[in-house]
Amino acid sequence: MRVAPVALPTTVDEAVEALTEAPGAQLLAGGTDFCVEVNFGLRRPPAVVALRRVRELRRYEVSDSKLVIGAGTTYTDMGSGELAAALPALAAAARTVGSPQIRNAGTLGGNIATASPAGDTLPLLAALDASVTLRGPGGERTVALSDVVTGVKRTSILAEEVVVDVVVDRRPGPQQFLKVGTRNAMVIAIASAAVVVDVEARQVRVALGSVAPVPLRATEAERHIADAIDWSAAGGARVTDSALARFAELVAAAASPITDHRSTAEYRRRAVQVIARRALERCVSRAA
Amino acid sequence: MPPEGEVPVDTAGETGAPAESPAYVQADRYELEVNGTRETVEDAWLGETLLFVLRERLGLPGSKNACEQGECGSCSVLLDGVVVCACLVLAVDAIGSHIQTVEGLTASADVTDIQSALVASGGVQCGFCTPGFVVAVHELLRRSPDADEMEVREALSGNLCRCTGYGRILEAVRDVQRSRAQSSTGQTLSGRPFGEQSFGAQSFGGSGDVA
Repeated sequence: MRVAPVALPTTVDEAVEALTEAPGAQLLAGGTDFCVEVNFGLRRPPAVVALRRVRELRRYEVSDSKLVIGAGTTYTDMGSGELAAALPALAAAARTVGSPQIRNAGTLGGNIATASPAGDTLPLLAALDASVTLRGPGGERTVALSDVVTGVKRTSILAEEVVVDVVVDRRPGPQQFLKVGTRNAMVIAIASAAVVVDVEARQVRVALGSVAPVPLRATEAERHIADAIDWSAAGGARVTDSALARFAELVAAAASPITDHRSTAEYRRRAVQVIARRALERCVSRAA
Repeated sequence: MPPEGEVPVDTAGETGAPAESPAYVQADRYELEVNGTRETVEDAWLGETLLFVLRERLGLPGSKNACEQGECGSCSVLLDGVVVCACLVLAVDAIGSHIQTVEGLTASADVTDIQSALVASGGVQCGFCTPGFVVAVHELLRRSPDADEMEVREALSGNLCRCTGYGRILEAVRDVQRSRAQSSTGQTLSGRPFGEQSFGAQSFGGSGDVA
């Protein structure tokens, strides 16, 4: 058995092997969370498995029915090009993360594994019922995102598992991501919302960030608005002001925010209500 | 056929193909390629960031340390041609990569046209943020020489300046764009005074008390 403090694998299998061989080894992806903890004395890794050289983690696949996005995909990668065209709300979320320096380093897999309530990609992934591929010594398993992110910075990912990719079904129709913070750059979300309108299934999917320990689906708001929208209106789906107002109320009722150093529970509940409504208004036309 | 791809990774940077990375390395002794030169890092501990190693072990104090959490951009460097915060790169994770610091943006001894423009426009006051801005502007203008104001603002949104109010820094970027559009002359910088202070949890001799 070979134990070394730093493994620089080039394949997922090598990464899993390195994790297995060095108990206590910690996975390092983009480092944007990991290194802050090291710098502030909160993390002292006995051994590290660095994933930056694993090129297969940066692959993506776009088909008519689904998207597979490698866990090593950076926010910069998500923010433009083919991935952004296929998932515009994920691109919008990615572009709100930190700064160019952070977006060049931070990864989708890292956002999931860190499992911060403010993780910017998580609401959209939750709205799309994303599943996560994990690979460990025993092989691969596919787990719903809602079963991966189990609490504030808590996941069900095992110590010897690597996040390989994220799979979402494509939804035909508009989608939006909005976020509230203290400035336009370099900001951790005070509240965020992702809205996906599926014009074929006649469904609206709404997920909220930073207003609960985990990304939250506003299922009552989803059901209400799907029934209220006139899906067959000429020129696309339409919705009335009163239906939008009720939608916003149901979103606020779904939120379960706390007061902390970044904001108050009251402000978060109000903010998420406003941005979820605004996101929906950008997806559907207003009925006269 | 469904589109399938790999996001392009600029592993070539500005100085050729990357060196082969070994599968395992020891954190206390390794080599880094900085500004085209192979440097040996010795007696290091695993948790040292690239910023700490550059400043305290390799005598390259141009990259500044301020926030240690990626908020301020003062430690911006190019890793395989991509701008990142050196305080958020574990130094051992930079093995096999091309690292370019503010000291190595040009081969000769002059300052870059970006630095000259920052001085001329009054974009330098206390100067602490300047190296980070220089690296970020360098990367932006290489990628997008004709960047418009929104693109420039976005590219510099991760670099904090507490003196200038940014107006003069933006003016410097426009000056560089204008003068480069008129002619394409060279740019440079060097000089390596040695920094001695250490900072926060980043310090020498950290290897003893790994939890």
